[in-house]
Amino acid sequence: MDLSLSDEQRLLRESVDRFIAETYDADHRRRSAGDPLGFSPAIWKQFADLGWLALPIAEEYGGLGAGSVETGIVMEAFGRGLVSEPYLSTVVIGAGLIAACGSEAQKQAMLPKIADGSLRLAFAHSERAARFDLSKVEAAAMKVADGWRLDGRKTAVLDGHAAGQIIVSARVASDEGTTGKLSLFLVPAGTPGITLRDYARLGGGRACNLDLANVSLAADALLGDGDDALPQIEAVVDHALAALGSEAVGIMQVMFDMTLEYTKVRQQFGRPLSANQVIRHRLADMAMHCDEARSIALRAAVMADAEPVARGRAASGAKAKIGKSARFVAEQSVQLHGAMGVTEELDIGSYFKRLLAFDTLFGGSAHHYRRHAALGGRTTPHA
Amino acid sequence: MDLTFSPQERAFEQEVRDFIAQNLTSEMKRATALTPSVFSDPDIGMAWQRALHEKGWGAPGWPVDQGGPDWTAAQRWIFEAECARAGTPNVNVMGVKMVGPVIIGFGSPEQKNFYLPRILSGEDYWCQGYSEPGSGSDLASLKTRAVRDGDDYVINGTKIWTTHAHHANRMFALVRTNDTERKQDGISFILIDMKSPGITTRPILTIGGDHEVNQVFFDDVRVPVANRVGEEGKGWTYGKYLLEFERGSGIASAKLRDALKTVSDLAESDATGRAIDDPDIGLRMSEIEVDIDTLEMTELRVLSALQTGQNPGAVSSLLKLRVSEIRQAVTRLGVEVIGNDGLYVEPLRPLYRLNETPGIPEEILPVVPEYLNGRAYTIFGGSSEIQRDIVAKMVLGL
Repeated sequence: MDLSLSDEQRLLRESVDRFIAETYDADHRRRSAGDPLGFSPAIWKQFADLGWLALPIAEEYGGLGAGSVETGIVMEAFGRGLVSEPYLSTVVIGAGLIAACGSEAQKQAMLPKIADGSLRLAFAHSERAARFDLSKVEAAAMKVADGWRLDGRKTAVLDGHAAGQIIVSARVASDEGTTGKLSLFLVPAGTPGITLRDYARLGGGRACNLDLANVSLAADALLGDGDDALPQIEAVVDHALAALGSEAVGIMQVMFDMTLEYTKVRQQFGRPLSANQVIRHRLADMAMHCDEARSIALRAAVMADAEPVARGRAASGAKAKIGKSARFVAEQSVQLHGAMGVTEELDIGSYFKRLLAFDTLFGGSAHHYRRHAALGGRTTPHA
Repeated sequence: MDLTFSPQERAFEQEVRDFIAQNLTSEMKRATALTPSVFSDPDIGMAWQRALHEKGWGAPGWPVDQGGPDWTAAQRWIFEAECARAGTPNVNVMGVKMVGPVIIGFGSPEQKNFYLPRILSGEDYWCQGYSEPGSGSDLASLKTRAVRDGDDYVINGTKIWTTHAHHANRMFALVRTNDTERKQDGISFILIDMKSPGITTRPILTIGGDHEVNQVFFDDVRVPVANRVGEEGKGWTYGKYLLEFERGSGIASAKLRDALKTVSDLAESDATGRAIDDPDIGLRMSEIEVDIDTLEMTELRVLSALQTGQNPGAVSSLLKLRVSEIRQAVTRLGVEVIGNDGLYVEPLRPLYRLNETPGIPEEILPVVPEYLNGRAYTIFGGSSEIQRDIVAKMVLGL
C-alpha cells in the first residue's frame, strides 16, 4: 500500500508542470481559440519529443508502458494550462481502443505512429438519441463484397477535424440481417461520404459532428476480429473518465488559487474580502472540494485496470463526485470575483467553461451516480 | 503506486481477523450494533479493551516502551478496518487516545508509572473536562478555577458535555490557575479522582434518549499539585497536543463504510419493504458511498505520506469536517430507509438490555436515535464552523 509518487513519476510531474507553466498563458489560449486547428502542431511535436504521447503505449509498440497514474499526472498539468492539444482523443482513447481491440498488424501499424506524434486519432461514438448510454449505437456497418459500407450520424466527436484516422462505432449487419455486434472501424480523414462539421469546443479545443453516408471501407478497416467491442469501449471510456478527472483537478486548483489570491487583495469596506467569515468559510469549503476531487481522481486512476465492476464504479464515482465538486468550485470562484468574474477580461471565465465542458463529457454527475448504483456490488474497506 | 497490501500485511490482517473471531462475543457484537451513541457502555467497551490488552494491542498509538504494539501506519489501518468490518465495541477513547498520549508526552515518571498501566488494562475509566457552560467554542475562556493551597489545588466551577462522567473514576481537565492577559496562558492540565469529595455529576439526556453526557460540579474539590501534568500555565499547549496527537492517524472511513452497510442491508431487506428499490434511495446510497471512497483515499494519502516519512501537511485538517458530515448523511438516509418504523420510540437504555420483544424489528431500533444523536457530530470536538475557521487560518493562511 503506497500512494506516494515513484521517482520516475515525480520527474514526469516536474517536467510536465514546468512545460505547462512556461508555454501556456492567456495569450497562448487566445491564439489557439482563434486558430482553425485549435491547437499547435509544433507543441504536439514537443509532446512527442518529451515522450508524453508514448506514455500508456506498450513498449513493444514504441511506447513507455506507463499506466493511468502517469496519464493522470500529465492530465492534471494539462488542466492547469487549459491545454487544447488532442491528447485525450489520441493517446488515452485512440491508442487505448487500438491496444484493446486492434489486430497485431493494426497495433504495429498505428501505435508507434501515435507515440512519435505522426498519427492523431478521434473516436466517433456518441449519437444524439443515445445521450450517454455507451451501448446505444444506431450507425450501421454493412458487410459488402469488398469490405464495409458505413452509414450513421455521430455527435461530439472530440478533435475529429485534426485526426488522421477516426475510429467509428457501428452495428454490424449483412444481407442476412444485423448481428447486433458493436464494432469499431478505422475511417481515414477525407474518406468520400463523410461530412465533418467542426466547431470550437466550450472551454478550448474543437469537436465535430460527423455524418457518414454510404462510406466505403476496405475489409481491414474493421478494428480487430469483429467481436462485440462494448466491453473494450467501456474500459477505455473509464480510463478517459479517470484522465478527465485529473484534468479537472488541475483546473479546480487554478481557479481556487486565483480566487484565494483575489480575496486577499480585493479591498471593500476598508479590509480585504478574506477578512469576512462568510468568505473564509466559503474558501474552506472550496479547498475541501479541491482536495476531495484530488483523492477520488487518484482512486479512479489507481483502479483503472481493476475488474470491470470495481473499475466502472471507481470511474463513475469519480466523474460524479468531481462533477459536483467542480461545479461548486467553479461557480464560487466566479461569485467571489464579483462582477469581474463574469467578464472575458479575467482567466477565470476560461477555466469556468472548461469545467462546464468536463461535467458534460461522457455524462454528468446524475448519469454517473446512476451508473454507480446500477453496477451494484458495494465495496468493502479497501485493499 | 498501488492500493494492495504486502504479504506481511496480509498475514497481519489474518492475525487480526483470527483475534476478533476468538474474542468478539456475540453479546458484544449485538450490544455494539444496538448502541446508538458514540461509545459503548463500559461493561461492553472495557471487556473488549481487556481482550486487546491481553494480546498486547491495548494502545496502538503508544510507543513500544509504554506498551504500544509498534505497528506501522499500514498495520494501524488494517486493524481499524478489520474492527469496523467486524463491529467491535467502540471503546471510550478518553484514556488510550487522549489522556494517555499527554501523560506519555509531558507527565512525570510517577504519573507514567501509575496511570499508563491502568489505562491499558481498563482499570481506570477516564472522562474529559474541557467545555463549560460559558465556554464552548471559545474554550480558552474557561473559568473553572484551581487555587493553590499548600500541596493541593482547590477546584471550584463546573464542566459540561462530559461524556461518560457517570462511569468514569478519573477526569483530565483544563482549569484556570492564573488570570493572565492572554487567557490561554493561565490554564493548567490536571488529573482528578472522580471520587474526591465535592464532585457531583448531573445527567444530561440527549435528544436520542441516551444518557451519555453530564454536567460535573466542583465544590472546593482538593486535588494534589502532584496531579498536574507538566508545567503550570501550559495546559493549553498540552490540550492542543492531545488534539493533534491523532492527526494523520485518524481512520474513520472503515467505520463509516460499516455504518453505510448497515443501512444498505436494511434497505435490501423485507423489513423495510426493500427501500433500495426506490431509485432515489439507491442514488443517495451511491452518493454517500463515493464520499466514503473519497475519504478513504484521503486517509490512505495521509497514511502513505506518514509511512514514507513525509509530512501529510494540511490535508488531515480537512478530515474532521467531512467525517462528521458523512456520518450525518448516513444516519439521515437510515431514517428514510426505515419508513414508518421511524415513528417508534423505545425509551429503555441500553437497548441491548431490552427484555420484551420490541414493536419493530430489533435491528431498526437504533436508527432514529443514531440520527438524533448524530447531530452532535458537527458540534463536538470543535463545531464545523470552528473547523472552517481553522482551515481558513491554518490551511489557507488567511
